[in-house]
Order: sequence, then structure tokens, then C-alpha cells
Amino acid sequence: MEINHLQAPPGFTDTAAAEATTEEYYLNMGPQHPGTHGVLRLVLRLDGENVQEVVPHLGYVHRAIEKMAENQTYLQNIHLTDRLDYLSSFMNNLGLCMAIEKGLGIGVPERGEYIRVMLCELQRIQSHLLWWGVLGMDMGAVTAFLYGFKEREMITDIFEEVCGNRLTMNFFRPGGSSADVPDTFLPRVATVIERLKRALDEYQTLLTDNIIFQERTRGIGVLSREKALSYGCTGPVLRGSGVQYDGRKNNPYSIYERFDFEVPVGQGGDSFDRYLVRMEEMAQSIKIVQQAMETFPTGPYRSKEFSKYRIPTGSYFSQVETARGLLGIYMVADGTAKPYRLKYRSPSFSNLSAINEMAVGYKIADLITIISTLDLVIPDIDR
Amino acid sequence: MIEESIIKKHTVLSEHAAELLQSRQSSTVKPGLSLSQYLYKIGSGFYSLLKGMKLTGSYFVNPGKIVTQPYPENRETLKMFPRFRGRVIMVHDEDGEHSCTACGLCEKACPNGTISVHATRNIAGRKVLGRYVYRLNQCTQCNLCIEVCPFDAIRMGHDFELAAYDRDSLIFILNNKEGRG
Repeated sequence: MEINHLQAPPGFTDTAAAEATTEEYYLNMGPQHPGTHGVLRLVLRLDGENVQEVVPHLGYVHRAIEKMAENQTYLQNIHLTDRLDYLSSFMNNLGLCMAIEKGLGIGVPERGEYIRVMLCELQRIQSHLLWWGVLGMDMGAVTAFLYGFKEREMITDIFEEVCGNRLTMNFFRPGGSSADVPDTFLPRVATVIERLKRALDEYQTLLTDNIIFQERTRGIGVLSREKALSYGCTGPVLRGSGVQYDGRKNNPYSIYERFDFEVPVGQGGDSFDRYLVRMEEMAQSIKIVQQAMETFPTGPYRSKEFSKYRIPTGSYFSQVETARGLLGIYMVADGTAKPYRLKYRSPSFSNLSAINEMAVGYKIADLITIISTLDLVIPDIDR
Repeated sequence: MIEESIIKKHTVLSEHAAELLQSRQSSTVKPGLSLSQYLYKIGSGFYSLLKGMKLTGSYFVNPGKIVTQPYPENRETLKMFPRFRGRVIMVHDEDGEHSCTACGLCEKACPNGTISVHATRNIAGRKVLGRYVYRLNQCTQCNLCIEVCPFDAIRMGHDFELAAYDRDSLIFILNNKEGRG
């Protein structure tokens, strides 16, 4: 057959096709594929249905946000960070606001910090709930999708009440947030937390304890600790591989050092470990939110507002732990109202780059699981 | 940056990972399951499935509070939160007057060029608002224009059914009687 003489698509390592006993072929997975969670294109080298090599192709939703940033003022830039990782827009907002605060040398009032931490942790839970539901659906369990979205909707309602939007918040500002939380905020959070505690047990019964689910995730997509570190993986992917590193704990920002929480770590770095780490992270986030609710202070929510934000010449760096890993923001200011250069180090990009390491040797159906447990957000990869 | 000392201190790895990696390499020769193991696996799989079904079944017979809303049917009772960001509208009082002074702060605050404020002069020679153009097709609902307005002349409306067949029908002149264009 002529297929044998096909040239390898770009990106693949040289293949020793002569030694292969069976015929290898190349297959596009995506850009329109429900398992890739967006417009991600993976080119696979397959032997039957065994994955031999994976080459990701990026750029389908590239919007040049870093270049756009140079033509927008600092305040306007905050709304662009919503569109990096749209499932953790509060945390992205926080990252940029912290960089601006460093540049201006301004602080945040106590209540402002509490609002920030609580919203960020709620969003971490929200993001993980979506991931949990989608993971279930990727593996054929539609029940998980509906159950995950039920609780997620309650958190989304809180966000809608606090800032008016459900996904692209644009809520935090340098020195605090754009508005105070409404009076109904704390009671609503309390209700959600109570519901979530029961929900996590339900999830345990539905998916975690399910033998079929475990069979499909245990030992699938193993990423060793060394590889995870050398690829620059962060977040639950790194912790699932056994490295206890969390930006909130090891490099605390905002007021995270005041709260008592643990950093869950996986043992072997397979899909099930990444799953367990995220499930435990939700429980830890609930813990943080509860502690914050007990000591939620009164007072101003934002320090003095400037009419124009001009940042003195220099470079400023801040990093936040989003639901997917470390988001780094490197900002070069030249004294004007707009940044000279703004670089985002997005977590999903590094996490995706390890996919070849994890997927080789498994079936295509396992690749879907691996992509799902990486928890990729494609606009975060492309920016 | 991850320091090596932190990694050494916290790493909990793991012969488990090495084992998994090894089993992956030798996955071509999988040891066969004995019949009892095989039956046990089927049985335990079914049992865990039934446990999940028990949960879904309990929700089926006892739905409790229904969180989903039948959307088009509940249009009359559907109420958005006060801060909901639909689209920009201009506040008009009973006499049809607005408080916009055509200062243009919102135009400057907008990241996307959504707003154009065209000022004009009235008979007395004072600067007043001529036309307030709002392009919904470029708007990202970021709320910056509302925050920056010193007179509270504009605010976010609560309409959310904003789809249209034609891009041109998404361009509004806000300073008319209703403030909605």
C-alpha cells in the first residue's frame, strides 16, 4: 500500500518504519474534537490503536493578547487576562493586579484581600467541578457531567451576583476589587459550602469508587517526577507526580500564609493520582473558604483609586497558583500608562508539552483520559 | 522557581511510579487472569456501578430543589441580579433627560472602541451630547465605562437576549428617549 511511503508530518521524530511489523499511520485528532476541549490539534502516529507519538499543533485561538497588551492601559489589560484561562479569570485578574501593585507600591486593605482569596478559592472549586464533570463525560459517564454542573451553577450564581458576569469577571483592580461584595455574599457562600461537602461524598460514590473508572485511570498516563519537573509542569499535574509544590504554600501571595490547608500529593503520577489530587484540592479549598468566612473583616475593600495608573520604569513579576498551575506575569513598564511588554507564563502550555511523554504506549481512548486529566484550557495555551 | 531542597524535602516518590513505568514497558505480555479473578472483577465492577445507581436513583425518586430553570417559559419571572452585565444603556428620567455631559471618559476607558461620544453645541453655545454611539458587537461587558462615569449617566442593562441576524443592528444610539437605542 502507498500509505507506507507517506512522509512523516512535521514535528515527528525519525521513525524506523522498516522494523515495524505492523503498518503505522498518522491521524489528526482535532481541531474539532470533543475530547480535546477546544481547538487543539494533535497529530498522532498510530500502530493500530496504540499511540506511538503525539505532536500537538497550537495557535488556532491565538489572539495575540500579549501584543494587544502593549496598546492598552493597565486597567484595560485586566479584562484581557479573563480571556487567558477563562475558568480561572479571578486568579488571572489577581496575578496582573499584584504585578501592578508591585509597580505602584500600593497595598490592599484587609477586606479586599479576604474578598480576593475567597473568590479565588471558590473559583478553584468551580473550575475543578467543571473538570470533574467533563472527565466523567470524556470517559462515557454523562451522569458526572450533570452532577458536577449542578454544584458549579451554585458557585457561578455567587459570581454573577458579586460582579455581574459568570465567566469573564474583570473584577479585581489594583488595590482591591472594583466593588464590595453584596450583603448576601456570606450566607450564599455558607450554603454552597454545606452543599459541596455533601457533594464531594457523592462524587466519591459516583466516580472515584467506581471500579470501571479506576481501571481506566490507574496506571494510565504515567508522568514521572523528573519528567514533570523538566517539562515545567505545575499545579495538580506536578503534584500528581509526587512533587509537593504549590504557589500558595511555597511562595505565598495575598494572605494565603494565614490559612491552614494542606497540599495533596500523588504517589505515582498516573491519571488516577492527578484525579485524586484535584478532588482533595477541592476539599482543601473549602477549608480555606471556611476559615476566611469566620474572620471576614469589615472596612474598605479597595485602597486609594488613581485616576491614571502610571507605573515607574522597571520590570515586575508576580505569580499566582491558578486551578491549572502557576501563572507568571512579567511586566516591563516604561513610565507611561501602558505596559512596554507583558508576558504571561501560562500553566496549560507547559502541562500540554508533557503529553507525548504520557501518552506513548497507550490506546487512543486512554489519550482522551490523559488530555482530560491534564485539564487543558486551549485559550490559555495559545493566548 | 522550585528549589532542589524543597523538592527533596517534599517528594514522596515512590517505587510505585517506577513499577508503573516498568509495567507499561512490558505491557505487551500481560499475565492472563484466572477465572476466579475474572469473575471477581466483573462482580466488583457491577457492585460499584450499582452503588452509583443507588445515588442517582435516590435523586430520581426524590428530586428535592430543582436547580435548573425552564428558560423560555420563565421569561416573565426571570430576574437578573442587580449587578448583571447585559449591555450598556443610558439612564433617562421621566422627562426623557439624561445626565451625560459628553465628557468622553467612557470612550477613553473602553478597551475595544465600543463607545463613540459625539459632542455638539446647543443654542447657548454650551457643549452637550450630540450622539452616543454604542457598538454592542465589539463590547466585552467589562464594566470599565460604567465605573469611570462620574455622573452615573450610563449603566448596565439587564437584557440578555442580545442576538441579532445583522451586525449593523447591534450599533445603538443611546441618547434617545428610552436610552436603549
